[in-house]
Amino acid sequence: MSEQINTIQALNWALDDAMAADTNVVLFGEELADGEGGGVMKVTAGLSTKYGARVRSTPISEMGFTGAAVGAAVAGLRPVIEIMLMNFVAVCMDQITNHAAKLRFMSGGQTHVPMVIRTMTGSGFQTAGQHSDFLEAWFCHTPGIKVVMPSNPADAYGLLRASIDDEDPVLFIEHFPSYWNPGEAPKRGVSIPLGKARRVQAGSDVTLIGYSRSMLDIPVVAKKLEAAGVSCEIIDLRTVSPLDMETILTSVKKTGRAVVVHEAVRSFGVGAEISARIHESLFRELKAPVERVASQDCPVPFAKQLETAFLYSHADIEAAVRRTLA
Amino acid sequence: MNRRSRLHVPRVPARPGEAPDFSYVDLSPAGAVARPDVNARARDISFLAVELVRVLDDNGEALGPWHPHLDVHELQLGLRHMLLTRVFDDRMQRTQRQGRISFYMRSLGEEAVSVAQAMALRPGDMLFPSYRNQGVNIVRGRPLVDLMCQLLSNTRDMCKGRQLPVMYHWVAGNIFSISGNLATQFPQAVGWAMAAAIKGEDHIAASWIGEGSSAEADFHHALLFASVYQAPVILNVVNNQWAISTFQGFAGGEQRSFAARGPGYGIAGIRVDGNDFLAVYAVTQWAAERARTGAGPTLIELVTYRASAHSTSDDPARYRPKDDFDRWPLGDPIARLKQHLIRLGEWSEQRHLALSAELEELVAANWKEAVTYGMLNEGPRLNPDLMFDDVFKELPPHLQRQREQMRAEIAKKD
Repeated sequence: MSEQINTIQALNWALDDAMAADTNVVLFGEELADGEGGGVMKVTAGLSTKYGARVRSTPISEMGFTGAAVGAAVAGLRPVIEIMLMNFVAVCMDQITNHAAKLRFMSGGQTHVPMVIRTMTGSGFQTAGQHSDFLEAWFCHTPGIKVVMPSNPADAYGLLRASIDDEDPVLFIEHFPSYWNPGEAPKRGVSIPLGKARRVQAGSDVTLIGYSRSMLDIPVVAKKLEAAGVSCEIIDLRTVSPLDMETILTSVKKTGRAVVVHEAVRSFGVGAEISARIHESLFRELKAPVERVASQDCPVPFAKQLETAFLYSHADIEAAVRRTLA
Repeated sequence: MNRRSRLHVPRVPARPGEAPDFSYVDLSPAGAVARPDVNARARDISFLAVELVRVLDDNGEALGPWHPHLDVHELQLGLRHMLLTRVFDDRMQRTQRQGRISFYMRSLGEEAVSVAQAMALRPGDMLFPSYRNQGVNIVRGRPLVDLMCQLLSNTRDMCKGRQLPVMYHWVAGNIFSISGNLATQFPQAVGWAMAAAIKGEDHIAASWIGEGSSAEADFHHALLFASVYQAPVILNVVNNQWAISTFQGFAGGEQRSFAARGPGYGIAGIRVDGNDFLAVYAVTQWAAERARTGAGPTLIELVTYRASAHSTSDDPARYRPKDDFDRWPLGDPIARLKQHLIRLGEWSEQRHLALSAELEELVAANWKEAVTYGMLNEGPRLNPDLMFDDVFKELPPHLQRQREQMRAEIAKKD
């Protein structure tokens, strides 16, 4: 068996290798330096000891360090900032969507903001509605920023390296409940290109499309369906925006059926966009309408039994697949 | 006795039809304020946030420890830059009234702020201006035709037709993109300065906002970060008394000066006569030296007056006395520097008139060139394809598709 590491280690390797490769890479965020614990989840452990002032613990001021990172990027650095939990992006939306995402465009291409905003989220740990929302759709709706969402340690490494090297701002959303899940170790120094989805498994009856957390669930359900004679093709988006429609459409053209699965709430979400685009391109070739599996349109609730009911279940994915086959 | 809580509403000193009242502006006599060592600790110099640094007195004489003793040619150059800013502003204002540009914002009465400050900084220092700092472009030698093409959104517009008029950007001149939402450039300037320090450079950053937008959270985050990391940055609050139609008291200027926010965050705060070219120059030079020698950031409040409307879409006759600026106790920055130079025997009314005429011609010649690149409704047109460029570095497939569809639609119409 190949070497196994978890996502925390993979992210740490990616940051370490990027900082070693390029002295312009700097980190800003709450508690990042070793004196403050090396990050709330230890993702940045050891880096301030190794790289000194390039790793900056900041005041509890997401707007402050996001704005400072925009300025630092304009000055030629490549800041990687950590917004401890995804819901906190709400306090610095202006600097992300009106500035980082738009400066290349509004300056007539004179300037650009090569920065990475790392953040984490996910339900299942009872952190409630102000700590565990998936908000990727907010940013997918903003031209000028890329949205990357890895589903395993090796992808976390390769995609973070590519995000840091990218000339555009990247929102890098990590799924913290699976931080400790082991996975195959990445090949250090190798990036995974942004904007390209990965076909995880080939199949012929239905295409299951997911990213981040849903890539933990889809293979489990697919295995069960295989046993029942349903052949599933699985696509991990890796980059949610811009979407790799070529990979999606190639697959759905073949299977004629598609189910999109995400942890974010259902309405106006990534699933709706993918469904619309498949229908626009392949309406006549589809054997069934595209199905969406997502969380309920509620804030993430706290109590365990409510939180469990909020998120889709494996049975929901299976039922959606069966509807496309009916 | 009936003691109870009460709501205080800041009072505007004078409304239209009333006599202007500037008794609320705390003044210090020219030459009266001490000039601390550039390495002084913020906590030891908090008097600077209360007093008003002035060098030129009412007779045009330069007095006191802040007198920067500039070369006569520097003074004449400063006068020229301020006058060019004003002539340019006047011409663009008229052009808007003629319907040949859509929108404009003058800096009338505030020319010393941008001109003296930009002159006191080095070309490698990065400027994060607001929308009333056109003078920094003039000091750094930007051709006026470039500014005009941006106002026209024509084929030579530096922003390629994507940004509001006056929101200039000049990467080669180290002048950052002006933002349509306010105060965002403050934390960005601090971040730029932090980067300069991380890289070990001796460039510093300077940024400007109005007193009205000091009410935005960005202002406070920027001061906090500047303080925590002692970033080499100059943060300027241009207190021109008015945020469109809202008096400065509503931004919190009634109880304490805006400069006093500095000592509150542990950084030097200094209040300066914003219409006194020499005082603005000297204070900026002092703050720049502090930043460059590791003594930390400075918050400068430039006390001035917005003599014109907020923009071509605003009519101040609705909310303030018509003769407000005539009674403004700090006068007109151009008239004051001119008076000083005449007093030195280095300027005259005739030379001033000749310079005005020369600058009018310069502006007219630039306008003549600018319109050859396209006017609002005639001449060369922008290619709509420009909308898709620069969203990302590389055009992603969905934008390629949208561009092709748009081209096909346009081809059908033609």
